This record gives sequence, C-alpha cells and structure tokens, in this order.
Amino acid sequence: MSELKAFTSANHPTRRWRRIKDRLIETVLFLAAASSVLVTIGIVYILVSESLPFFSHVSLVEFLTEREWTPMFSDAKFGIRPLIAGTFMATFIAVCVAIPLGTIVSAYLSEYVRPSMREALKPILELLAAVPSVVYGYFALLFVTPLLQKLMPELGGFSVLSAGIVMGIMIIPYVSSLSEDAMRSVPTHLREASAALGSTKFQTTLRVVIPSAFSGITSAYVLGISRALGETMVVAIAAGMQPNLTLDPTEPAATITAFIVQVSLGDLPHGSIGYQSIYVAGLTLLFITLVFNIVGMWIRSRVQEKE
Amino acid sequence: MEDIMSNAQTKIMRETVREMDLTANLKWRRTKDFLFAVTGLMTLLFAICVLLALFIDLAMTGVPRISAEFFMNFPSRFPEKAGILSAWVGSLAVMITTAFVAIPVGVAAGIYLEEYAPKNIFTKIIELNIINLAGVPSITFGLMALGLFVYKLKFGQSILTAGMTLGLLVLPIVIVTTREAIRTIPNSIREASYGLGASHWQTIQHHVLPYSSGGILTGVIISLSRAIGETAPLITVGALTFIAFLPTAPVSDVFPFVSFQWLHDAFTVMPIQMFNWVSRPQTEFHVNAAATGTVLLIMTLLMNGIAIFIRYRFRRRMKW
Amino acid sequence: MSPQFEIPATSTTKFNLGHQTEFLRSQVKSLSFSYNPKDKVILKNVSLPIFDKKVTALIGPSGCGKTTLLRCFNRMHDLYNEVSYDGEILLYPESKNILSRDVDPMEVRMRIGMVFQKPNPFPKTIYENVAYGLRVRGIKKKSYMDEKIELSLQHAGLWSEVKDRLHAQATSLSGGQQQRLCIARALVTDPEILLLDEPTSALDPISTSHIEELIVELKKDVTILIVTHNLHQAARCSDYTAFMYLGDLIEYGPSNQIFTNPSDKRTENYITGRFG
Repeated sequence: MSELKAFTSANHPTRRWRRIKDRLIETVLFLAAASSVLVTIGIVYILVSESLPFFSHVSLVEFLTEREWTPMFSDAKFGIRPLIAGTFMATFIAVCVAIPLGTIVSAYLSEYVRPSMREALKPILELLAAVPSVVYGYFALLFVTPLLQKLMPELGGFSVLSAGIVMGIMIIPYVSSLSEDAMRSVPTHLREASAALGSTKFQTTLRVVIPSAFSGITSAYVLGISRALGETMVVAIAAGMQPNLTLDPTEPAATITAFIVQVSLGDLPHGSIGYQSIYVAGLTLLFITLVFNIVGMWIRSRVQEKE
Repeated sequence: MEDIMSNAQTKIMRETVREMDLTANLKWRRTKDFLFAVTGLMTLLFAICVLLALFIDLAMTGVPRISAEFFMNFPSRFPEKAGILSAWVGSLAVMITTAFVAIPVGVAAGIYLEEYAPKNIFTKIIELNIINLAGVPSITFGLMALGLFVYKLKFGQSILTAGMTLGLLVLPIVIVTTREAIRTIPNSIREASYGLGASHWQTIQHHVLPYSSGGILTGVIISLSRAIGETAPLITVGALTFIAFLPTAPVSDVFPFVSFQWLHDAFTVMPIQMFNWVSRPQTEFHVNAAATGTVLLIMTLLMNGIAIFIRYRFRRRMKW
Repeated sequence: MSPQFEIPATSTTKFNLGHQTEFLRSQVKSLSFSYNPKDKVILKNVSLPIFDKKVTALIGPSGCGKTTLLRCFNRMHDLYNEVSYDGEILLYPESKNILSRDVDPMEVRMRIGMVFQKPNPFPKTIYENVAYGLRVRGIKKKSYMDEKIELSLQHAGLWSEVKDRLHAQATSLSGGQQQRLCIARALVTDPEILLLDEPTSALDPISTSHIEELIVELKKDVTILIVTHNLHQAARCSDYTAFMYLGDLIEYGPSNQIFTNPSDKRTENYITGRFG
C-alpha cells in the first residue's frame, strides 16, 4: 500500500524513468517519420548530382531538340524527345484504357452493388494491381500481342500499343479504388435528395455523385497517370527498347524507364556518359511525374475554391 | 413574403409541368440506368476475365515445367537444365532484408504520425511527402540506390543494397496502412487507459498496438508482396541476371556461428530471372519464364489472400 | 387503435368532417412496414387520410415510425435494402397505390417532392440546384427553365435574397437559406404532395419562423405532409395532426382538437410533455 502511495509521488524513480522513456520513444518515432523525408531528399539529391556532369558534355539545347537518343553509340546523340514520346504514348494508351474502365467500375461498385458483394469484389479487382509487372510484361508480349496480331496482321512483335493496353489494365485498380472511396464518401443525403427529385440511379451517379467526388477522382487519375509514367517492366518487355521518335503506337519504342533498364543491364562504369545518361533520364521522368502531380493539385484546389 | 407573383400566373406554370408527358422520357431514363448497370457489370467481368486469362495462360505454359529440379538447379544455357535455385534464395534473402528495413521504420513512423505528431508545418511536410513518395516511379528508387548505396556508401551490388532499396520503396505502404489501422481504434479506449494512469507509450504498447496489429500485419504482407514482384529498381542497382552460386550461409560452424556475409553477396531474384528468360528469343526459355511467373504469381496471390483473410478475421473480431 | 372516423374506400370528391368540406389527395390504408421480414415491424397497420392543400403533421416520440411513414410516400426505403410493405398508399385522383410493385418508384418521386431534415443542397450553384429536377426529367428549354426557377425561388421566399447571385455556390448560403433552397428545388417540379422531414430541426429560431411562414403560404398550392419534433410548430402550421407511438397511429384529427382536447391518454401525456 505504502509502495503504491510512493509511486504516486512525481519524484519516484520509476515515474521519472517512465517520463524519460516516453520522451526517448517519442524521439525515436519522430526520427522514423522524418526518415521518409530523407528518402525524398536522397532521391532528388542523387538524381540531380549524378546528372549534372552530363550537361558539361551535352548542351541543354541539344538535349531538348535533338531527334535521336543513342548514348551508347560511338556517334552518340542525346536528344530526350524519342524517350519522352515513347513514355507519353504508352501512358496515353494506358490512360485511355484505365480511366474509362476504372471510372465505370468504381461508379458501379459504389452505387449499384450491394455492400456485401462489394466487399467480395474489391479484393479480386485489387489483385490486378498485385500481379508483378514482369508477369504483365510476359502477358503483353506472349498473349496480348499475338491476340492483337490476329486483328492487325501488320503489327510487329514489339509495340507500344500492346504494352500500353496491358499497362492500362494493370492500373485499373489504382484508378477505381481511390475513385470508389471518393464516391462512397459522398454523403447519402445528397443521393436521397437527388432520388427524391425523381432521378434514376444513373442520373444521381452522373450528376451528383461524380461531381461531388471530383476532387478524389482527380487524385485517383493522377495516381494512375503517375503509375503509367513510371511503369517499367511491361514496356521494357513488350514495347522493345529501341528509342524511336514516333507517334504510331503500332511501332516499337522505348520509354524513359525502358531505356534505364536497358542501360542498367549492361556493364556500367561509375561516371561514364552512359551512367550519367540514365540519371538524366530518371530526372526527366521525375520532373514529368511532378508536373502531373502539380497539375492535379491545381485542378483540385480550383474545384475546392469554387465550393 | 415579398415578390410572390400572383397566384393566377403561378397556376398556369404549374399546370404546364405537371401535364407534360414524362412517361416516354422516364422509360428512356430507366433504359439508360439499366444499360449503365450492364456496362458496369461487363467492365468488372472483363477485368476479372483478364486476370483469369493471365493466370491460365501462364499456368498452362509454366506448370508442366515446375518440378523439384526446377527449384534445385541454377540457371543454365540449356533451357531444360535451367532452374531458379539462386533466384528464389535471392528473393527470400532480399525479402528478409526488406522486412527488417520497412517494418520497424514504417510502423514507428505510422505510430508517430497518428499518436504523437503535433499539428504543425513539419508534420504537414512529412504527410505530404509520404503521399508523394507513393507516386514516385519505382525506378527512381533504383537510381537513388545505385548512386547512394552502391557507390557513395559502398555497399556494392548486394543483397543489402537491394533490401534497403525495396524497404524504402514500400515504406509509404507500411506507414499508410499502419496509420489506417491505428485510426480505427476509438478514442474511448485511449481515454480508458489514460484514466487508469498509463503513460502515452504504455497506452500505445498495451492497447493501440495490440488492437491494431491485424491491420498493421495486413499492410506489412501487402508491402512485401509488392516488393517480391519488383524488378526495375533491382535491375538498376545492378542485380545480375546469371548467378550460379548461393549467398553465404547465415550459420557457420566457427564462432560466433552466425554470419552476415550473405548481406554483401551478389544476387538475383525471381522477377529478374523471369525477365531474363522472357527477353530471350527461344521459346524454351519462355516456358521457363512462365514457370517462374507461375511461382511468383502463386506467392503474390497467396500473400494477398493471407492479407485479405487477416483483415476479414480482424474486422469480425474487433467491433467497437 | 383506429382513427376516430371511417375513411371511404375510394374517395376523390367531397369529404365531410362535420365542420368543413375537404378533398382527399392521398390516403394510407392499413400500412405495415418492416425492413426485412425477420426484423421488427416499424409501422403497424397505419391508416391515415391526407387532405388536398392542407398541412398534415406527424408527431410522436423518437422511434415512433413517423419518419419511416413519411419516407414510404416517395419510396425512399427502396434505395437500400429489401423492404416489405404491407398495405397501400393511394394517390388521387386516379387512386393509384404508390407502394405497388408495378409502380415505378421514380414515377412516384416525380409526383411527390421531399425536403430533408438537414439542408442538403448539391455542391452546385443555386441555379443548378433548382434546375436539377427539371434537368433529370429531360427538360432543356432555357427560357422555360429560367421562368420556372424564378417562380419556385419566389415560392420558397428566397428570390429576393439570391436573384443577384444565382450562379454562386449553394453551399455559400446560410442554413436557413439552404433549407429554403431545398424547398424551392422540390417545388420546381410541381409536386402533388410535399414531404417535409423535420425541416427546421437543424435551423436557428429565425430561420425556423421563416420556414413556418412559408409552409402556411405554400399550402395554398400544394398538399404538405410534415414530420416534426416541435409540438408548437405542429400546432402553428398544421391543419391535421397524427400522433404516432411505437409504430401505431394512436390518434388523428384536426390539429386544434388534438392539441386542445386529445381523446387518448398517451396523446395527452405526449403533448403535455410527460414523455417523448
């Protein structure tokens, strides 16, 4: 009993130790949380510092205007445009698949399906995102491409089209999952108000739910686009790895990511021009991703301002 | 009530809307509603069918190739002799390293952000950063690791580098799921603990962590299933595609009987092995790729299945 | 427990209550309701007339089923689970049973408007909120819409406050204005009956009195069914009152009679504030 009383005193050694331990633990936990910021700083720092020497060999003008990207040739050319064209084309095809399908699926799951059914269907849908991308690469090269060749006999063994379609299917869950969350968080009373005015479920979905969830749906699209921009293995396997300044999706082409993989597969001396070129490519990719995310944030803030 | 128009005029207007024939329109609206429901179902079925097609295509080609030798052989120039011994051992070693990096840091960060973080600019930066980190292309993690771990810190193109790279890559997943799991615990539980004189950390240790462990475990498994299939960042850090030896054994017969030499060994992993085989022109190697893919897919599905199961059980058990 | 008078089976014309002549707009006939067959019954054999261009108030303690009854009128329950209706709600003049399986809930909702407990404007402009009901019906003519919207905003007593900012976000309005906007939104499609589910429970006293004045004004044109917790409100605005308790309709009659001389003990206890 007396021991219990002593413990209540603020200066009891056990209590003091408890206080110190609490502070200590908080500090450790804070460091863990802060380390995520260090990762970002690390990425930006390494990408910038390793690609700076590149621009002492190649002018920014050449980098942006040259039409060929052949850093590993003896007659090396350093124009980023073919890689950007490849990346955008693959992303565009993927987005054309993922955004319509993902949005339809999310609206269907959120508005039309019974909750118990939804709980069963969502994990299955999310498996689409869980399948390793290298498996998707195999699927694109050895299943989808032959299938497309039956429809378009002139299609070659490697094409951006096939890689883009498979990538689009792969990112459906990224689009649908966040969109569905956003749609489901639209308050029920808005749905009731719309129904009470005589609208069908489809009208409620189209005119009330989707506009109200616009901000969340934008985030979903931005995440999907970011995924498509950064996806590597599908394009590296199924689109070929040949930088090709074209906008024809039936041709093979290299994306930024595919180029990085191709160079990394070979022997890469630290500080060589090849080594620097993958960092420049990576930095470009990071920059493009960042721009898309900022555009997304801007659109969201515009919408929120209006409300 | 100002501005009310004369009742007579109001009457005229009212009649016009009420008497409009809206039945044809209603029929068409119902049809559209029905068409959308069908489209939604079809889209969903399409997605599931693609998943099935992928799985069946892979399994039909790959399963016949899977045998005990396939797991016990090193890669080889001869497709029928080639196996994935070094690949699966490498995957296992990298996964263990990844778990040791991602779990402590991720869970700790999650706890800090949910339980301690004051509402200030630092917290805001950390939160924003985690969201954005999840959208950073995985290959840039590989580039960062190549510059930092391989060349600056001189870890070499080793299992340690690979594990740390993937650990950092999946860190946001662990943090976000930890936070979600912690957030489901009602405040009344915390208040009950404080009310009995527990300190902040004791409350976390005795209540918050045990009650959210199911959710946290789900997140950890999901993040590892993502890591096991990651290919691009490991290619970038310089994983080799042809490895005909195993990492140093973690136990030895000389004192102190455990060895961490394996962390510094070169490695390959299953997805890289698969990539290597699928990039070759010979169909025989494609069969090997399909077999590796089947193993990889089964592992991924298994991990996701376990995660779903835990989440389901946990939800049933925990009712606030 | 049956109401004090017999309701004719089908009535489209005169209805003599002794003191005045009324026309039936709708009537509830022995309605029972539960969310699914296993669940407990929420409405038990309720019968109730709704008179044309009159305000009928539903009162009773929480959980008595008054909101459930109101929501039956535009088949709101159909949005969610499997529900079982037993009985009829007839809508005149054609005495259509709106609870029938053959009747499209959409059609019912096109004829009967509803205003909810909490103001729930869509996150759109004021104009678009009111226009919504017309748009979902496929009405596109701009001049017609403009006119209708102005009229219903005037009806809801909101026109003078918002006429200069029709394209501002509806969420920028105050709570009372939002609720009047919701009333305008329901009025624009000319409902035959307007359902009000505790329309003032989320509002301050001044906005409440605005809405109450509005209700009295509106009954010139539209039949109103209102659920309220506020007994003074029921006494002030309604012509007829129904008191419900645990899913039963205990008493129905002219409001002044219910509030001054209730015939059932439970009604008396409730209106004198002994429970509820």
